[in-house]
Formats: sequence, structure tokens, C-alpha cells
Amino acid sequence: MSPEDSKLAADTIEYRPGQMAEPADHDDPLHGAQVELNIGPSHPATHGVLRLKVLADGEVLTRIEPVIGYLHRGKEKACESLGWRKFFVHTDRLDYLQPMLNNVGYAMALEKLAHLEVPERAQVIRVLMMETNRIMSHLIALGVSAMDLGAISMFFFTFDQREKIYDLIDAYTGHRMNNTYIRMGGVYADLEEELERHFSAFFDNFIEQVDEWESLLTGNRIWYERNRGIGAITAEQALSWGLTGPNLRGSGVAYDLRKSEPYCGYEDYDFEIPIGERGDAFDRYLVRIEELRQSARICTQALERLKSSRGANVIADDRRYVLPRLSDVTSSMEELIHQFKIVTDMSLPRGEAYMGVESSKGELGFYIASDGTAAPLRCHLRSPSLMNVQVIPFLAEGKLLSDVVAVLGSVDFVMGEVDR
Amino acid sequence: MTVLLATFIKAVVIFGALVSAAGLATLAERKVSAWIQHRLGPNRVGPFGALQPLADGVKFIFKEEFVPEGATRWLFILAPAISAMAAMMSVAVIPFGGLVTEIDGTEIYFSIADLDIGALWVVAIGGLGIYGVILGGWASNSKYSLYGGLRASAQMISYELPLILSILAVVAMSDTLNLREIVNIQTSGTAFGFLPNWNIFYQPLAFVLFVVCTFAETNRHPFDFAECESELVGGFHTEYSSMKFALFFLGEYCAMIVMASLTVTLFLGGFSVPYWEEAPWYLGVAAFVAKTAFFMFLFLWVRWTLPRFRYDQLMNLGWKVFLPLSLLNILLTGLAVSL
Repeated sequence: MSPEDSKLAADTIEYRPGQMAEPADHDDPLHGAQVELNIGPSHPATHGVLRLKVLADGEVLTRIEPVIGYLHRGKEKACESLGWRKFFVHTDRLDYLQPMLNNVGYAMALEKLAHLEVPERAQVIRVLMMETNRIMSHLIALGVSAMDLGAISMFFFTFDQREKIYDLIDAYTGHRMNNTYIRMGGVYADLEEELERHFSAFFDNFIEQVDEWESLLTGNRIWYERNRGIGAITAEQALSWGLTGPNLRGSGVAYDLRKSEPYCGYEDYDFEIPIGERGDAFDRYLVRIEELRQSARICTQALERLKSSRGANVIADDRRYVLPRLSDVTSSMEELIHQFKIVTDMSLPRGEAYMGVESSKGELGFYIASDGTAAPLRCHLRSPSLMNVQVIPFLAEGKLLSDVVAVLGSVDFVMGEVDR
Repeated sequence: MTVLLATFIKAVVIFGALVSAAGLATLAERKVSAWIQHRLGPNRVGPFGALQPLADGVKFIFKEEFVPEGATRWLFILAPAISAMAAMMSVAVIPFGGLVTEIDGTEIYFSIADLDIGALWVVAIGGLGIYGVILGGWASNSKYSLYGGLRASAQMISYELPLILSILAVVAMSDTLNLREIVNIQTSGTAFGFLPNWNIFYQPLAFVLFVVCTFAETNRHPFDFAECESELVGGFHTEYSSMKFALFFLGEYCAMIVMASLTVTLFLGGFSVPYWEEAPWYLGVAAFVAKTAFFMFLFLWVRWTLPRFRYDQLMNLGWKVFLPLSLLNILLTGLAVSL
């Protein structure tokens, strides 16, 4: 890259006084010419196809510019052309580490627009699935952030447990990822009694595992030194950057949609919102570890509730939006026509709706606007990962290369959701 | 003539043993990491995957030789050779066993060369290995590699000093630089009445400093900044492929073995069998191998357990903690020896 090009690249980033290094002075032996370095789009620490264009003064990265768009698939546009129902399979592929959480977010936006009531048992199954998905996503965040800092075994420990959850999810939905099991008005199928027991058995041992991981990392001097004070952000700054989820809670703001605007009956569950104090990578790590425990707690309560509602309906009985049973479709002409109508041109009432759910990365919002036809007028995603990526330069500029890797791991983003 | 022949045989045997031990160490690395991480590890080639290193070697030979565009070709090729050669040469003075036999009045010891400046030789030749890393990183014409090379050179300077100073403490105690003599002194007698007469009991601080410094010296986790796959994508060897990469690998494992042997020699009585002064030489070799294997395991254990330090934290540790401590240790040792 020619010097002009690199200057152009540098100029696209706004200067923030106090954080930036001095401009390169070629006569100064300590702060001479800066190296332009590409971290990504294929780099072990970027976890996906994020590209960081950085200017490096030795080990210190004086300027960082995240470049996104390598995974852009036009998801929002796809929703507008595919229609209400068919977008469900696409929501799985947004943040592919927590497919069902995305499903629920989208389904609830539709239900809000259509004023559709979801049966009690379906709500509980949704909560169970959302929390297991949150655990899965946090396990990845924990494993890879540890791996980035060199604790490679942690990655395998968390993946080991994640595999077990995948087995359970697989037994329920028939897929490991991209389940698309949440439907408008409920869930596709009931959770069987035996599977409930398997879920319970998993969560009985899970807390022990979390304690073991904590014993490997939390008290570890190297881990502490690598994370404490790295990428610190105050509560006000975090709010103005639009951070939500564990990143905001790490800064000490107890904002969690499950508590502040409960949905799916979260108000009936007994759980706590962990918050940090300093808003650095270590606090974000501690918040995620504690959320693993709290999610397991919610899951245990959800499984308890499932016991008392066995056999109940898991999808709303509303013929406008819910498909008829397959056995009826194959035996009755009217039901077949009904199914065809729903699949081809199910339309939602005019209006708009926004539904935000607490995903593992922050507030995952679906905004949909309908003109009463079979496809949305506009579908917009509020992606928490995008907010997490945009804060990276603020957190990491002027830090060492190793710290940037620690920040990348601790803010936790998934490129599928950033690019959409 | 027979003495020359004996030296030749020893050189072949020890060199062969070192290279195959390095191969075994790569297998052990994968097996141990698999145990730690609830995995199986290699188990397809040979019984329990025992022939995996051979398969890897064959694979490396058949891989494409690749020199990146803009690389300084001869330095790029020379660098892995320096790295491997330095590690292999430093093994020459390590005493693997005691007196084997006597030919024409010349005592034959189980080490390639029974140098009077053995300790100096290991440090001097072993220290050359870092040139391979620096040159390799520099000649690759890649920014990440250059970063790796630069980190390695700075790390080397910070850690050679405490390493040498902790060796010096042992040398001051033993009054010799000959590694075999250092072992012999540890063979007889007991420490504090009941422990083997090993230097570790007299020099615990030097021992700890030395072991930590060997990790930095061999570029091993948690000090593997030159490599650092999550930041520098492999660092100095990012651009290397086929046998050139394998040579770096071989060099790293040979250096680990040499450093583990040196730890054993200096602090744990080398080839001496505890509480049995007149043990036959082959038992001595067995004791040596067992002790070295423990330190090799320590290398692997630490790698798969701890997170990595940050580059500047390592510098802090080296210059502000280890150097003063090792100087203090030298001072105390000097006082104790002179009194």
C-alpha cells in the first residue's frame, strides 16, 4: 500500500485527543514510521471475518479501524422479499451461536404485531431454549477469549460442555445449529418427558463445571494481569456507545431486558443480574461467568414448570397464523387449502412493532413494519454485535497488540449478526 | 584411535537419541494436551499413535518448499538450520551418565565432550539459536514474522541474564564449569542429613529462576511471544513450510530437551541415583532420563494450563524481578561460599 493510501485510510478515523499517539516523526528514533497492519479478515483473534486496519507504532496500535461487511448477505432485504414466515430460517443464521434466541426475538415481534397469545407451556420451552442458547454463546465467548490469551485448554473445556448442550438441542429439534424450531404463536413441537430429564441431568452438573473453570482463570495471576484494566469503559461511555448486555453490565449498569421489560414470563423466574464495577475485560469476564450460573438457574426452574404442564398446547390455536396439523392436512381438502394459504400469503395487520430480547451479546431487536401484505414493508435488526464491534477502537486504541486481542475476546461479537 | 572411535559412537548415539526424543516429545505434547483437554489425541498411526512423529516427518518432507516473494532467500533458508543446529550442538556437553569404561587409560564418559567449560558452552551455543528466530522473522518479508523476530530478540536479552546468573550461583558453589564435575559433587553425601546432596536444596531460588527462564529461553508457553498464534498468527514461522518449518520445530523440542537436561544436571544431581553412590552407569542414565522426562512434562503441563503473559509484562518480570533476585542470589551465594 502506498503512503497516500495509508494516509487516506488513517483519515477516515476521527481523532480523539488524548488517546492518539503523536503523528509519525521520522527523525524520532522511538516513534518513527508507523506500520500499517491488517488484522483479519482471516486472523485467529477476530473470530470470523472482521478486519481491523491498524497503524502500529512498534507494539502499540495507535489507530484501529474495524472494517465490516465480509459476511454481508442482505438478511433484512431477504425478510422483505421472502415474507413473514420464511424469514425464520434466516434468523438462525444471524448470530449462529444462539439460533433459538434469534428465533424467539423475531417470533415475538410478529406476535406483537398480530396480537397473538402464546400458550404457557410454549413460553416455558422458549425460556428454556433461550437460556441454553445463551449458555452456548457465553461458552464460546469464554472459551475463545481464554484461547486468545493463550489458555487453549479452556476452549476445549467449554466446547466439551457446549457439545453436550448441542446433543440435547439435537435430540429436541433434530439439528445442532440452525434449528428454526420457534414458530409464530409457540414452538414447533413439545419437549418430551425423557428429554426433560436429560436437560435436568445436564444442569445438575453444569454449575460444578463453571466453578472448575473459574478456579482455572479467575484467581490466575496471569489471567488477572492480562484482563484487569484492559478495555475499560465507564457506565456513561458504555451507554453513549449503545452497548447492552454483558458489556454494559460489566460497567455497572444493571440493565437487562429480562428484568426491565420482561417477556415470555421472565418476571416469574428467580434470577439475578450480575454487574461489574470497572467495566474492563476482567469484569466482563466475571459477568459472563455469573450469567452462566444464572442461566442454569433459570433453566432448572423452567424444567420444574414443564413438569406441571405436560400435554398442554405448545402453539397458539389461531388459524390465521398457525399451520394446521399435518394429519389433518393429508386427510382434509379444506385443511390443505388452509395450509397452502398460510404458507404462500399469510399477511399480518398493518402497523409496526419492535421487540427487543436480551441476547447473549446485548439487546437484540427486531423492528418490523407491515402494510398488511404477505411480506414486511421494512425489517430492521438492532444487532448488539455491531455495537460491540464499533466500540473496539475506543477500547483498544493506544494499547498493545496483545491487549487488542484481549479486548476483541472480551466484547464478544459474532460477524453473522454484524453484517446481516 | 579407539578413543576417537568411542567418541564417534557416542556422538551418533546421543544425536540419534536426541532427535528421536524430540520426535517423541512432539507425540507427548499432543498426547498430554489431549489428556488435559478431554480428547483422544493421535491414535491412528501405529499402536496408540506411537508412529505419529514418523508420519509427520514424512508429511513435512513431501510438503511444498515455499519461499515468499520478497524474502531474503538465503537467510530464509539459513534461519531454521541455525535454530536446529544450535539446539543440537549444545547437547554435546550434557553428561547423560558417568564413567562407562576405560580405554588405554582414558576414561570414557557418557557425554560427547567432557569439556571443562561445559556450562559456558551450553549457554553460548544455546543462545545462538535465537538468531534463527530473529533472522527467520526478518527474512520472511512479513510484518507478523518481523514482529515475532523482534519480540524474540528482546525477550532473549531479558532472560539470558537471570538464566546465566542462576547457573553462576551453582558454578560458584561447585567451583567448576565442568558439568560432569558438578554432578559428581552432588552424587556423594547428603543435604541436611537426609536429602540427596542436590543443588536444588542449597539453591532453591536459583532453581526457580532457572526453570522459569528456560521457558523463556526455549520460547515456550507462557512466554511464546515470538510465535503467539492468537496475535501474530505464528510469528516468526508464519511463512515457513515443509522441512524448514519442521527444522524450527525440531530445534524447539531439542532446545527443550537440552534445557530440561541442564536443569537436571545443575540442580537435581544429573545422572546420580539418589542414596546409591556406586550405582552402575546405565542406572545413572535411566535416572537422568526419568528426571529429564519430568521437566519435559512440566513444559507441556504449563503450556496447556496457563494463559500467556503480555509482552511488556514479561519484560517487567525479567528486568525488575528476576534480574535483581538473581543478583541477590549471587551475592548470598558468594557470601556463603567465602565464609
